[in-house]
Amino acid sequence: MKHFSVLRVISKLMIPVILLFALYVQFHGDFGPGGGFQAGVIFASAFILYALIFGVHYARKVIPSSATRILLSFGVILYTAVGIAGIIFGGNFLDYNVLGQNNIAGQHIGILLVELGVGITVAATMITVFFVFAGQES
Amino acid sequence: MNLSFEIPGLINYWIVIIFMMIGLYIVISHGNLIKKIVGLNIFQVSVFVLYISISKIDGGSAPILDETIKSYSNPLPHVLILTAIVVGVATTSLGLALIVRIREAFGTVEEDDLLKSERLDD
Amino acid sequence: MFEFLTPHQAILIVVIPLLASPICLIVRHSGIAWLIALVASWISFAIAINLLNQVTTVGPISYLLGNWPAPWGIEYKVDTLSAFVLLFISGISSITLIFARKSVYFEIAEDRIYLFYTMFLLAFAGLLGITITGDAFNLFVFLEISSLSSYVLISLGSSRNALTAAYRYLILGTVGATFYVIGVGLLYQMTGTLNIADLADRMPELSDTKTVLISLGFITVGIGLKLGLFPLHVWLPNAYAYAPSVVTAFLAATATKVAVYVLLRVYFTIFGYQIFNKLVIDELLLVLGLIAVISMSIVAIFQTNIKKLLAYSSVAQVGYMVIGISAVTVTGLTSTILHLFNHALIKGGLFLALAAIFLRIKSVKIDDMAGLGKLMPFTMAAFLMSGLSLIGVPLTVGFISKWYLILATLEKGWWPVAIIVLIGSLLSIVYVWKVIEIAYFRPVPDKSSKIKEAPLSMLIPIWILVTANYYFGIATDYTISSALSAAKELMGVAL
Repeated sequence: MKHFSVLRVISKLMIPVILLFALYVQFHGDFGPGGGFQAGVIFASAFILYALIFGVHYARKVIPSSATRILLSFGVILYTAVGIAGIIFGGNFLDYNVLGQNNIAGQHIGILLVELGVGITVAATMITVFFVFAGQES
Repeated sequence: MNLSFEIPGLINYWIVIIFMMIGLYIVISHGNLIKKIVGLNIFQVSVFVLYISISKIDGGSAPILDETIKSYSNPLPHVLILTAIVVGVATTSLGLALIVRIREAFGTVEEDDLLKSERLDD
Repeated sequence: MFEFLTPHQAILIVVIPLLASPICLIVRHSGIAWLIALVASWISFAIAINLLNQVTTVGPISYLLGNWPAPWGIEYKVDTLSAFVLLFISGISSITLIFARKSVYFEIAEDRIYLFYTMFLLAFAGLLGITITGDAFNLFVFLEISSLSSYVLISLGSSRNALTAAYRYLILGTVGATFYVIGVGLLYQMTGTLNIADLADRMPELSDTKTVLISLGFITVGIGLKLGLFPLHVWLPNAYAYAPSVVTAFLAATATKVAVYVLLRVYFTIFGYQIFNKLVIDELLLVLGLIAVISMSIVAIFQTNIKKLLAYSSVAQVGYMVIGISAVTVTGLTSTILHLFNHALIKGGLFLALAAIFLRIKSVKIDDMAGLGKLMPFTMAAFLMSGLSLIGVPLTVGFISKWYLILATLEKGWWPVAIIVLIGSLLSIVYVWKVIEIAYFRPVPDKSSKIKEAPLSMLIPIWILVTANYYFGIATDYTISSALSAAKELMGVAL
């Protein structure tokens, strides 16, 4: 679809906004509506839009399969690592209270990192799922 | 039981039942593998509606701390359903991925043809 | 040095395999992935042994995730039953993983092996999670983690029929899991809680309501699909027959057992055995169990694919477990719990032996087994000895659980049931004998005279399981006392 200049220009304008919005949803998730799942999907949708307009081949150059593979495992590892950090700092698994100076700071750090992990994994997974299906030779 | 009174009040649950039956019917009756996945999705959606309906309180608001708000709807089912939606997405994509592989291996996505070629392989 | 981890064992047993699985995905090297999986599984096994010891000496362990108090946060709970189930899941997984390296090299393309171990660990973590969690919804999440990864594992089988088998399992498995969620949703509607202990507290006053009874029905059907309860077993034979051999051994020994565990948990911990006075599910289970034992054993006799033969036999064995549940007595539950453990050992041994045979003769057809008694004496002997245990010959674990099952049925005065159980055993002699006869009494065909014995890395795990079949058949104290106290906990009888 890259012959359609309207689509090309609009999508190029939209993609940074989508990415920014995804980051907003991600990092504002502990105060307002949002969080890792939603942000991850929005983030991935930017890449999917790019792939739809410019072709999967070019999108793969932006984010190769090895990158998505590592990112999607990294998210899970980050999540678990936060949980284990809770144990190391003397609390239970996923106990955020012990992560910061006081309980509130700890909760902030904990939920931020955990949601970041979720967001990374969801984004990488959605991108992988789309690319794998779209890259099929029919 | 006054039906004319009960049905509008329980409309959500009727929708749940209708979706559930439609979904299950598609899963059971259709021979096309992709349609089965669609049926499965409708079936799962019925459960999402069920959970969300359970949590709703008349006049209840989103759980935001504010003096003007007196009653809250239960937010927990929403979170549970968020998880269930993710599981549903994973199931759908895995199912579709399997269908792609099945199509590569058998050249068809119709149950009847698949059964024939499976018997030949056996 | 690691003392500070001791109170966290309940979570670490699940988290270690869960953490190891993405690491396998990153390293992308088949050998290292295998090593990671092996180490993670053995650590879980060690923790499981520790947990069971702790539970039997100190009593149930409760672990609060994120330190949120119990009815609100997710609680992990280990009692005798769950510790016992954790023990054999992690044990079987550890042993199959030793076995897996050569078998997986042979059956799965090299560039996919690391994915195999990633999925294996996820399935393993999911099964452990189901067993250990004290939260009904968390149980669903783990159920789906283990199911989704086992669909992938099954689809990795070498034949193209593996794909359709995995697909059918996916459809039915998802329907089953969704039924379970509907049941849990209805329970949540009535009680406002998802914590299993809390649900149990609130159940007595609600057990007359239709919603609760309907939720019981939904959960029974949902979990029935997962455990291959007759007539919901249609996905099982093909899934077992076309999955990679190691996967078959692992899933046959653990996945259906965990589903039986969930059923026990739901019936006896959440609803309490009094629920059977309100809804006659116990008699339904009895009938289905009996039909399963007889019909599936007969179907097994006519199979030519040994993997399918054993798969149908698994459905029949699930029948025995369900009959044990339907008795709703301490003895009945003891027999079910014992059979969970014993059947895991039996089917683990049989399927691993079969995997070793597949490695050498590249077939699981019954006619290709001719002369294997001479060509692969150790493997075939292991198959024979596990087969004897499947039949229930004295001194084997199979005998112990059937003995308890017959005791339970006689206690209730159900002597026709006892007779049918015995007939089931006789039928299992027929299908085990079919294999043994061809392997030992047919001459070695010329084309297969070059077949060698299975490698040592396979024989050792097989023989560990076979030895366990006889060890726990003779030294029965440990298993019976664990099963008995678990059954007493479930029935609410004072220990």
